[in-house]
Amino acid sequence: MAHAHSVKRYRGMMDWLTTVDHKKIGILYLIAGGFFFLIGGLEAILIRIQLMYPENTFVAAHTFNELVTMHGTTMIFFAAMPLIFALMNAVVPLQIGARDVAYPFVNALSYWLFLAGGIILNVSWIFGGAPDAGWTAYVPLSGPDYGGNGVDFYVLGLQIAGLGTLIGGINFLVTIINMRAPGMSFMRMPLFTWTSFITSALILFAFPAITVGLVLLMFDRLFDGNFFNVEAGGNVVLWQHLFWIFGHPEVYILILPAFGVISEVVSTFSSKRLFGYSSMVFATVLIGFLGFMVWVHHMFTVGIGPVANSLFAIATMLIAVPTGIKIFNWIFTMWGGHIRYTTANLFAAGFIPTFVMGGVTGVMLAIPPADFQFHDSYFVVAHFHYVIVGGLVFGLFAALFYWWPKMFGRMLDETLGKITFWFFFLGFHLTFFIQHILGLEGMPRRVFTYLIEDGWHTSNFVSSIGAFAMTIGTLVLLWNIVATSLKPRNAPADPWDGRTLEWAISSPAPEYNFAQTPLVRGLDALWVEKTAGNKEMTPAEPIGPIHMPSPSILPIIMATGIFIAGFGFMYAREGFDNAFINMIFSNYLVAIFGLGITLVCMLLRSLYDDKGFHIEPEEFEDKGVKA
Amino acid sequence: MNMNRWKNVGRLTGFLVTMALLLTGCDGVLDPKGPVAREQLQLINLSFIIMIVVLVIVFGLFFYVLVRFRKRKGQTGIPEQVEGNHKLEIIWTVIPFLLLVIIAVPTVLYTFKFATDYTNDKNAIHVKVTGHQFWWEFEYTDKDLGLITANELVIPVGKKIALELTSADTLHSFWVPQLGGKIDTNPGMINKMYLEADIAAIYQGKCAELCGASHALMNFKVIAKSEADFAAWASQMKAEAVITEEAKEGEAIFTAKCLSCHAVSSDDRGAYPNLDGYAYRTRVAGVHPNDPQAENLRKWLSDTDHVKPGNNMGNQGLTDVEINELIKYLHELK
Repeated sequence: MAHAHSVKRYRGMMDWLTTVDHKKIGILYLIAGGFFFLIGGLEAILIRIQLMYPENTFVAAHTFNELVTMHGTTMIFFAAMPLIFALMNAVVPLQIGARDVAYPFVNALSYWLFLAGGIILNVSWIFGGAPDAGWTAYVPLSGPDYGGNGVDFYVLGLQIAGLGTLIGGINFLVTIINMRAPGMSFMRMPLFTWTSFITSALILFAFPAITVGLVLLMFDRLFDGNFFNVEAGGNVVLWQHLFWIFGHPEVYILILPAFGVISEVVSTFSSKRLFGYSSMVFATVLIGFLGFMVWVHHMFTVGIGPVANSLFAIATMLIAVPTGIKIFNWIFTMWGGHIRYTTANLFAAGFIPTFVMGGVTGVMLAIPPADFQFHDSYFVVAHFHYVIVGGLVFGLFAALFYWWPKMFGRMLDETLGKITFWFFFLGFHLTFFIQHILGLEGMPRRVFTYLIEDGWHTSNFVSSIGAFAMTIGTLVLLWNIVATSLKPRNAPADPWDGRTLEWAISSPAPEYNFAQTPLVRGLDALWVEKTAGNKEMTPAEPIGPIHMPSPSILPIIMATGIFIAGFGFMYAREGFDNAFINMIFSNYLVAIFGLGITLVCMLLRSLYDDKGFHIEPEEFEDKGVKA
Repeated sequence: MNMNRWKNVGRLTGFLVTMALLLTGCDGVLDPKGPVAREQLQLINLSFIIMIVVLVIVFGLFFYVLVRFRKRKGQTGIPEQVEGNHKLEIIWTVIPFLLLVIIAVPTVLYTFKFATDYTNDKNAIHVKVTGHQFWWEFEYTDKDLGLITANELVIPVGKKIALELTSADTLHSFWVPQLGGKIDTNPGMINKMYLEADIAAIYQGKCAELCGASHALMNFKVIAKSEADFAAWASQMKAEAVITEEAKEGEAIFTAKCLSCHAVSSDDRGAYPNLDGYAYRTRVAGVHPNDPQAENLRKWLSDTDHVKPGNNMGNQGLTDVEINELIKYLHELK
């Protein structure tokens, strides 16, 4: 069969800059997210060193505020989110038997926009100071009247990264709805795909809220707006609503994929199907739905009144029910199984009790009068680190050890992995358990120091020691990754006796994923075939040429354009000494130039019809890769 | 057997509560000294006990499964593939729901109770609280009082203190852990809250909402006194301070350099903390002890930014001589 389009492929660096392959984009997300995770971790260590001793002067008060702001913002938006997108990219298309996501070009654009946003946020350290108003950026402190221009980097960086996240969410929604292999009904989808689906839906509805908030704040900061200016009739609580209408669903955007990971890992390593699959799906949907109904529990002390506080308290408590269902289903998935304690499963097993502890303090926090005491104290700090580190990060680590062979074709070292687990797990509890007590002793969060008379020094010292232990665990993981990457690429297709479709193809997956789209004959599609005595999936189509999307340099250029525009807007009123630089910034020429680049790329993409290329059967049969 | 198990659970809960109390110092949420904080602690304890029950059940089940069903050497075959179990699933849906109802009912009752408005109650003491970067202004609005103080809220024991709170700049949050939970101070809005102290003592107050560089140092004290002592304090505040000859020099420096911001009469507001009754303040700038040797005051006056980074007073360039005179004067502000 002859094809009109030429096969476009790049090699080396150019391949990574132009790739639209979901597996490579997943790796890019992993590298960038991992990098930001290390930066956020470094900030955390500096915070813990400062708090080791009372009236410590390791960092200055203002620097400390920058550190807590950047730690939170980096970890949530530029570590946790991209690491989740890394997993979704690496796994979801494989789990549903698809050859790529629905919009591969848009997928690449998502990544480069996220990276542009992350770079903008982090270069603030060298461009006059990082944002210092907390990751929640509450006005008026984040407004134009306080501090330097650090918050500009927050406002622009998050808007740009948010664009990437939003279109990424839409991409995965469309992918999961439309690209499932024949026979893969919704109720046969693996739990990780289900949670990715709900997470994408939450992204679709939650990110516009923070985008609105950020745009308003940008207007206040850069264009003399008055949305949050009380003297001009603005309202400071408005920001808090917009932030948390996004912010609370964001918590579930983060944790639901981790729930999915735990479901996959626990089931695989117990050699059992997931207990109560349909109730797991139902609980996921319900958590996603209720996640939008509870944002005011972050605002019980704002003074919204007892009616709103009571309603949001009850809605918050209700979330405990579907979450409890999940916990029990995991425990009963393990019940009667043959549990193998691989590193991935250790993290999953560590997740369950840790997350339950974070969950019960969540119920306690849902009680408004009790929250009056807990709110903005270290009790809250302990709570959200239990759910985000003990929940999400344990889930991410489980996922990395579980899917590493599928992503890279190499197995991470299990001994080093277990060392990582124990350091990280014990270090985590040492760091954060005692913070519950610090909160009850009256220690507010975001304090750069405390006095000896406060009596918090022993607990803070212990907490910092725990943070060092977590650091050792993380460094061992890095060493593991480096050591593994030097080994031969010899991971088997199915190293864990897997149950789902991704284990039916080679490790790493070929660029077209499935030579023939598989036929799905039940939940745990591969397991169904295994128990039927089949060595591989039954194909749903004859062998034929595979249509592939062309790589493109446009996404990175579009993101670069917006990146330039971001600086153009931020520095429009800077007043540079150099007359020419001053002229191009103050007349918004830099901003227009940046946006122009992006618009030209969009025009090119619209006018130039790229039909992709085909991989002929001879090519992949030669390689001996089959579905 | 069953009875014993419950006894054990009871003992364990008691043990954990005691442990938590022991681990905690004496001036936190777990040691309430007024009805508001006490009722809030009751809610915390109720939810804590229920949550401990949940934890014990889940942890027990979980660790049993971890050990009992680990893969053993030589184990072959495939475990039974169980789809689910409706009875179990209903149990672990309904029981948590019922536990939540037990928590939810008092939650709603107390949420409304703490929203009670005492601002029109004649028996209450009425105070307007204004948060500033990084200090607190307290204005007693009752006719017979009519005082303005800073960083130290003096109250009579056994009386409801009706607070109306706002902010002059960024958000702050008013928190006295031993007397009650916190409420935010928002610019352009007035929040209401009430507190009450049982015993005469000094209680720690903190700002609980990030408000700038010295957020950590935006401390204040609530000083509860008997009714008689409170009345004495109030009349002392109203009486004009007697400045001796020795402090006249300091007074002149103060008038020239400080008075435009700091009032020294309890019925004046001033842009920055009112210093009337400074001699009785327990703290310098709300943070360090107001020691008789005035070491902390000296440190503060010579370099305020070192003591409280980012504060609006900044370094006034006072000479050591001026500082000494000012200290004499400030210690006579009674």
